[in-house]
Amino acid sequence: MLNSLLSPNTQWVLLSTLILGMAAGMIGCLAYWKRQSLMSDALSHAALPGVVIAFALTGSKNLLVMILGAAVSALIGAWMIQWIRSSSRIKEDTAMGMILSVFFGLGIMLLTIVNRTAGGNQSGLDNFIFGQAASMVRKDVFTMLILAVLVILVVSIGFKEWKLFLFDPDFARGLGLNSRLMNSLYMGVLVLVIVIGIQAVGVILMAAMLIIPAVSARYWTQSFRTMVILSAVFGGGSGFIGTLISTLGKGWPTGPFIVVASSVLFTVSLVFGAEKGLLIQAMQLRSQKKDHTESSNQAVIKPQLSERGNHQ
Amino acid sequence: MTYTGWILLTASLVGLSCGIVGVFLILRRMAMMADAISHTVLLGIVTAFLITRELSGPHMLIGAIVAGLLTAVLVQWFNSRGVQQDASIGVVFTTLFAIGVILIATQVGNAHLDTKHALMGEITFVPWDLMHVPLLGEVPKATFMLGAVLLVVIIVILAFYKEWKITSFDPALAASIGIPVVLMHYVFMSLVSITTVAAFDAVGAIMVVAMLITPAAAAYLWTDKLSTMLVLSGTFGVISAFTGYYIAVWLDTSISGSMAFATGIVFLISFLFSPKHGVLSRYLHKFNTHGSQEKLDGTS
Repeated sequence: MLNSLLSPNTQWVLLSTLILGMAAGMIGCLAYWKRQSLMSDALSHAALPGVVIAFALTGSKNLLVMILGAAVSALIGAWMIQWIRSSSRIKEDTAMGMILSVFFGLGIMLLTIVNRTAGGNQSGLDNFIFGQAASMVRKDVFTMLILAVLVILVVSIGFKEWKLFLFDPDFARGLGLNSRLMNSLYMGVLVLVIVIGIQAVGVILMAAMLIIPAVSARYWTQSFRTMVILSAVFGGGSGFIGTLISTLGKGWPTGPFIVVASSVLFTVSLVFGAEKGLLIQAMQLRSQKKDHTESSNQAVIKPQLSERGNHQ
Repeated sequence: MTYTGWILLTASLVGLSCGIVGVFLILRRMAMMADAISHTVLLGIVTAFLITRELSGPHMLIGAIVAGLLTAVLVQWFNSRGVQQDASIGVVFTTLFAIGVILIATQVGNAHLDTKHALMGEITFVPWDLMHVPLLGEVPKATFMLGAVLLVVIIVILAFYKEWKITSFDPALAASIGIPVVLMHYVFMSLVSITTVAAFDAVGAIMVVAMLITPAAAAYLWTDKLSTMLVLSGTFGVISAFTGYYIAVWLDTSISGSMAFATGIVFLISFLFSPKHGVLSRYLHKFNTHGSQEKLDGTS
């Protein structure tokens, strides 16, 4: 394990999944409060045809071109979901499911054609389905790092605006905040995180990087700022740990290990979380029961009791 | 029967059973649950394989039902603990799927059960894996399983047709007249799971989602009647299966991928040209009412 830590390439890969996890954790909070957690799943699947087309057109595995292709195809997917939802009676979740599966099917079609024509040599494209962070080269890592840092900056600089935009859109509009612009910016950073994450964790599990850290963080705090920070820590931590574990075995895919690492963090938060965790709730329930039996022993129900009841 | 014949029959069975189940998925607003279950079924299959060390129909079905019900229960439980519905779906299915993929990568060194196969299916191999069935002769295993599942789906839906209708459209009413809504929910989740696992071998996890949701959504645009919608959705499923197969042959590419793509085409046509809910007719309708409104001097 120490050996793998010392290898310079592994260090770069670890750094990039760490930063990627942080960026995904932060954006995940935005998606959580926009109630669009599964949107990220749909968009990451929708990115697949774009990746393949970009590869087919340029004929090389240039990460930047592929990210561009993925972004275009994910944005088309997002636009189509919006279009289907707004101009027919199909509900949003149905529209997401359709775009997800149809785009993915198209991606697989194209992938099969490209793999056949380009020969078995280019099977590296398959990594986009499950992610193989270990196969990234230094240049890819740099591209990912720069984009991830950009995303983190966008969220931190406009933090107050994001908060307004998410929690009180009407007030935000009253203050003259351009909600259309914010919406596009949100979509932009979401797609950016998804497409850079695909390389590391693959299209299928990218959604987990966005959803799980945010949900875990929710168990610890009521403050949005703390939630974003915690979510970034959880995301970064699970990215780091997952990548580390996946380097231990030969041919172990990175994505699933990152997801399982963050699920472990989620379980810990679920049980021990300070705000809504199972343990704290069980303790509250017990103390309430105790209060209740005590007060009923006195045969007088005090008004405090009902107040406490409202508290939980 | 010929090789192509078996493939088309298998794909049509997928289209039919998925199309019928999908109608209720859409009406119950659980489209994304289908996505979730189609992923977690993988864990069920892998676990069943690790326990029994063989890939046989009944074991896989049981594993899939357990995994599907586990997904439904967990999502429900997290949701009742204050996690948003779609976030809890996201947490549950990605986790279970990831565990399944890790188990395959680390425990199962078997060529027959790799993740690529699970995701994309290998319908091209279906006609070679034969079994003997009394009266029918030699039938591919996957086709037989799909036929059995289709039969189960049709029987369960027809037997409780009225109950399904009421629970789908008005759960509160159903509960008030004594229909076991929760039980029906889990029965339905089991139906989705067995349909998914039967279709799994043929078209893989992701295409199952396409087959489940898209034909039903297309049918939803053509009719307001449940029975018509069921028939239409099944028909669209079969049409997509045929179209997809011939597109795949024409372009020499993945059959399951192009079947998923074909469902998209069917939906697009419905979305644009459906007489009642299509984009085009809405546009014309707006145009017409606009004109008549002008005649009425702008009274609305």
